[in-house]
Parts: sequence; structure tokens; C-alpha cells
Amino acid sequence: MSDTPMVKAEAVHKSFGRLEVLRGIDLEVSPGEVMCMIGPSGSGKSTFLRCINHLEKIDCGRLSVDGELVGYREGGDKLYELRDREVCRKRSEIGMVFQRFNLFPHMTALENVIEAPMRVKKESRAVAVERARKLLERVGLADKVDVYPNQLSGGQQQRVAIARALAMEPKLMLFDEPTSALDPELVGDVLDVMRGLAEDGMTMVVVTHEMGFAREAGDSLVFMDGGVIVESGKPRDVLANPQQERTRSFLSKVL
Amino acid sequence: MADAVAQRPAAIEAVPVRHPGRWVAAIVVLAIAAYILYTIGTAIGNDKTALGPHTGWLVVEKYLFTGLIFQGILVTLQLTVLAMVVGIVLGVILAVMRLSPNPVMSWVSWLYIWFFRGTPVLVQIFFWFNLNLVLKSIDIGIPFTPLWLHADTNTLIPPFMAALLGLGLNEAAYMAEIVRAGIISVEHGQTEAAQALGMNRGLVMRRIVLPQAMRVIIPPTGNETISMLKTTSLAFGASVTELFTRQQQIATATYDVLELLIVASIWYLVMTSILTVGQYYIERHFGRGTQRGLPLTPIQRLRRTLFTFHAPPPMPVEAPLSLASEHR
Repeated sequence: MSDTPMVKAEAVHKSFGRLEVLRGIDLEVSPGEVMCMIGPSGSGKSTFLRCINHLEKIDCGRLSVDGELVGYREGGDKLYELRDREVCRKRSEIGMVFQRFNLFPHMTALENVIEAPMRVKKESRAVAVERARKLLERVGLADKVDVYPNQLSGGQQQRVAIARALAMEPKLMLFDEPTSALDPELVGDVLDVMRGLAEDGMTMVVVTHEMGFAREAGDSLVFMDGGVIVESGKPRDVLANPQQERTRSFLSKVL
Repeated sequence: MADAVAQRPAAIEAVPVRHPGRWVAAIVVLAIAAYILYTIGTAIGNDKTALGPHTGWLVVEKYLFTGLIFQGILVTLQLTVLAMVVGIVLGVILAVMRLSPNPVMSWVSWLYIWFFRGTPVLVQIFFWFNLNLVLKSIDIGIPFTPLWLHADTNTLIPPFMAALLGLGLNEAAYMAEIVRAGIISVEHGQTEAAQALGMNRGLVMRRIVLPQAMRVIIPPTGNETISMLKTTSLAFGASVTELFTRQQQIATATYDVLELLIVASIWYLVMTSILTVGQYYIERHFGRGTQRGLPLTPIQRLRRTLFTFHAPPPMPVEAPLSLASEHR
């Protein structure tokens, strides 16, 4: 394992208009680490996640993935904005799973999964289809290959979305509340897939409200509130023995 | 549970409410419609035409299938198709320009739509038709090089081209707004998901946004096509020999004015009816993935009814997949 952190944030700030959403985030995610982020809604967790693959631009601070700055290139003492093509290339190495799945409704499950490998990585159809079938089997949907998203349940859709992200063979996976839009009985299947990924050594940053998942599958836990990291550490320590009053009051409401 | 089913009470039998008002309204409306049709129908029937007295309907019959009318129909169809192609292609470009982050693009598109939507089509057709009065030749080329093309305005814009330009450029303004509405209607999460996969702006637009926007774009585009088919009659203003001009030519020669208007109307109705059916099937195609199993087409429904000898059940053949396999 190299010692370059997969994600490194230093004093990351982000505002939407006059609303300051991130007020100085410092953290590191090592390769192979599963980091879970918890906190009340509006605390900036999702925004931070979106900054990592440049869906949002940060205002100040430094944010890098695998040793390279997100959205910029350093030349001498100046920063140069990256071209659209370079931003796209970097995004293609980072998988993202959304709360609302965001599957492409006009494509079948298989077409959803092969779209990016074929169009972005220019893979041949045969290669892309073969990998897609394996991935859909892995997430337990081998029999849903030719089905359109609206014929799938929420849990199935989210698993297709995970397969779609994995098809690009990312080095980092971002999960933005992947189970928050699901019926309680469907959450388990999605978490199982994510647990499997964690065991295989995938580097993951997971924004979640599933404390059970954070405790069992997470290597580290970050509690955010008001745009800052209030507390972080081993999941068991933070969940069982929170040091900060705000962490304690949050956990008492959700546990 | 079987007991509960067995104890189900008998179906309700009640005297239905009568609706005498509905009967009265229906009879009045039918009577008025019949009177109007009868009056005009007999008036045409009794008309003294080029063929002789009381031969109005015979004239309609005679000209309904004549070569001149067919030639007109052909030109009408050509104009409709070409003007819509110009309108749709240019409309998509204008819509994408309108939504471009480049303010100049957005403004140029806005100005185009403002101008071409704000002036009458007939004026625009006349404009192109009469352009040669002020502009004798058109020169296009690269500045400061000898690479220049020179063309006489009259040869470059014959009447058909003038009508096509007028109709097509005007249509583009309307199509731009339709396409823009379609693009905006696609949820932003779709763009984000595609971007997160590393797709660039062009790919996102072509592969993800536009195909989904089609569902919103197709119905009004169908309306536009049907409307265009009829608007081509304004090409009369540029002396293009389409259906309306053709019937007008015959009518001027024979004085059977109303009869030939009916001939033209029949053909316009036939063509718009065919377009309506086409629109249904195109909408169906782009609706895939939005309904759980597509509804049957009228022909499928008819076939089912004929071959099974009973009314079609309410469920579609391509039945929705059950979600029961969620927990296996």
C-alpha cells in the first residue's frame, strides 16, 4: 500500500451564496479505508462528498485525490483550472452512488452499466457487457439484466447504481446516503453489497445514517455538524464513547 | 380467509339516477350539427358548376383524384418534411445555445427566437421571395483569401427555397422553445450521475438528457408537424405550386371555388390523420422505460379481440414484472 492518502482535505471551505456550508474540513482517507460520515442534515457531509469528484467547486483550502488536486493543476506557485476533459478523466476514476439512485430510466439495467465503459473508456461492447453481467450477478441481480429501472424496487435500483459505478473500475467509491430513500426492509441488501466491497479492500467514503454499518464495516467515523468536523476516530469509540457534547446529543437522537 | 370471502354480501341493486338533461342536450347539439351540414351540403350539391347545374359534388369527386392535385400534394409533403427537418435541426442547436454557459451564444439564440417568433410567417416567406429586389447576388467565403463563392440570388433562392426558408427558419424558433422545455424537464440528478461517471458535456446531452427530453419534445413536435402541413399553404405567397395553389389554379379556371376548397380540405384531413397515427407510435417508442409495460396499440387490441373472440382484458400483454423476488 502506498502512503499517499486517497483523499486529503486541508481547510476546505465552501459557500453557497452567503451560506457557508463547509467551514474548514481537514481529513485523510488512506487507500483501502472505509470512512463513514455522519451528522445532522445540512451539516455539509453531502457537499463535501460532492467536492471530492468536483461536482461542487471548493472556495478555499486544498483537496486532493490520490495525490492530485481536485479540479486544479499546480504549476510553479500558481493554480490552473483543469479543462473539461481532464475533470472528466478524473471523475471516471471515482465512483459515486446517489441517494436517489439516478439510474438512466431510458436504459435497461445492463445498458446503464455498460454506458460509461463504452462511451468514456471506449471499451468494446463485448468486454463491457461481460463485466456488466458479472457485476450485476455480484449485486444479486443477474436475472434483472434486461429490465428497465422503473420495474425495479428501490433496493434493486440502488444495487444497479452500485454496479454502474463499479463498472468504471474506480479507485475510490463515494456513497451519498445510499439507503436513505429506501424502505427499511430493502436497506439490508444494499448494505450487504457495500460490506462486500469494503471487505474486498475498496476505498470508500460513505455518508450515512446507518450506525450499524458504520460500526461494523467502517474503519473510521467522522461526525460533522455546522460545516466542521466535530469528532472523528474509530467507529466503535466514537459511537460508544463520544467525547463531544454535540456528538452525544446527536447520537442519543439517532441510536 | 375463505370464510370472509364466502360471507361477501350480494352486489348492490339500485334504481339508477335518470339524466333527462343529457338527452335533451345531445339531441339539440346533433340537430344543430345536422342542419349546418345539410344546408351547406345541399347548397354545394345544387351549385351551378362548369359541368352544369346541380353538380357541385360531382366536381368534388372529379378533382379529388386529378394529377394536378396530386402534384400539389407531393409539393406540400416535400415542403412539410423539409421545413420540419430545418426547424428541428436548427431548433435543437438554438436550444442548446440558449442553455449554453457562453452568454453570447445564449443571447444570439434569444434574439433569433424573439425575431422569428415575433414576425408573421407570411412576411418571412415574402421577404425571402423578394430578397433579389435588393440583393442581386450572394457571396460567401473566407475573408482576405480568394476562396469565395458567388451565386445569383435568383438561382440560389427559387420560389420553393423562399418558402422553405420562411417556413423552416420560423419553425426553428418554435422548436427551440419546445426542445429547451424538454431539456429542462430532465431531472438534474441525471446530469450529475452521468458527469460522475466521467461523461463530458456533449455525451451527457446526447446520450442521457436528449433521449429523456424526447418524451416531452415529441407531442408538441407532432402538433407542430400537423400545423406545418397546413401552414405550407402560405407558400402560395411565393407561387409555389403546392396543394392550396393547385386547387386555386383550377378554381380560377373553372369558377368552382368552394368545390375545390373542399377537395383540398379532404386531402389536408387525410394527411393530418396519417400524421396523427404516426405521432402515436413515435410517442410510444420514446415512452419506453416510463410505464410498466407499454399499453397495447389499437391494432394489437383489435387483433387480440378478433383472435380470442372476447374483449381485451385491461392488463397489457407485456405485464409488469413482479417485485416479489426482492428477498430471495
